[in-house]
Amino acid sequence: MVDILFYVFGFVAVGGALGVVLAKSPVGSLLFMVTTLASMAGTFVLLEAHFLAAIQIIVYAGAIMVLFLFVIMLLNLGHDYERDLKGGVFSIISFATVGAMAGVLQRQFRGAAIPDAITAGGASIDAALAEFGAVGAIAEPLYTTYVVAFEITGILLLVAIVGALVLAKRSPA
Amino acid sequence: MITQALVLSAILFVIGTAGVLIRRNAIIMFLCIELQLNAVNLAFVAFSRLHGIEGQLFVFFVMTVAAAEAAVGLAIIISIFRHYETVNVDNFKLLRW
Repeated sequence: MVDILFYVFGFVAVGGALGVVLAKSPVGSLLFMVTTLASMAGTFVLLEAHFLAAIQIIVYAGAIMVLFLFVIMLLNLGHDYERDLKGGVFSIISFATVGAMAGVLQRQFRGAAIPDAITAGGASIDAALAEFGAVGAIAEPLYTTYVVAFEITGILLLVAIVGALVLAKRSPA
Repeated sequence: MITQALVLSAILFVIGTAGVLIRRNAIIMFLCIELQLNAVNLAFVAFSRLHGIEGQLFVFFVMTVAAAEAAVGLAIIISIFRHYETVNVDNFKLLRW
């Protein structure tokens, strides 16, 4: 059952990703991206990352994608698909690059032996989930071992807010 | 299921790279970069089943950085659009050889 669900989510995610790249209008691309993000949240649930699945939906699909949608509608982008694709030699180079990447990844996976049974890491996650709950299992190491990184992330967000305001502000001149 | 998750993450990453390379609309290139970040997030979550909860913490940080990057990047796109009236990256050739 879990495997079937995983394959369903996986196919929806790949289809949505292809839609992002191939859709003619930017808004269509964005809606395909929301589909991909939602089905990836489903795979997160199947991999026992419940809190991440929730913030994937709330923060990514809810906030970041709506921000993209605001900008697309604010700029009133047309449906100029033909001029949107790179042509000529560049497309050959880019397809060669992507093919090489796919080949390297395929070679990586062919030689790898990845255990599918519950390992020590999975067991420790399950224990933390049982003890602290879905949010607590993330929060406990986040506020103890990794508290410095957490604070630096807060500073990064502050800098991003100030930077976005300064960049998007219309100059008075 | 960990192997399947890693394969899915690799497929999504390659699709995202293809999108960055073949599209010229700056916003869609941005969306494809978000797709790549998400593929890496999926790999982190899959590996956290093998090595412990740190992988999920990393996904949390990646999401925060992606949000900051989207805000700043879209602000840059807006200010460029004010100047050039387009978001097609072929028109931004001031620093190109």
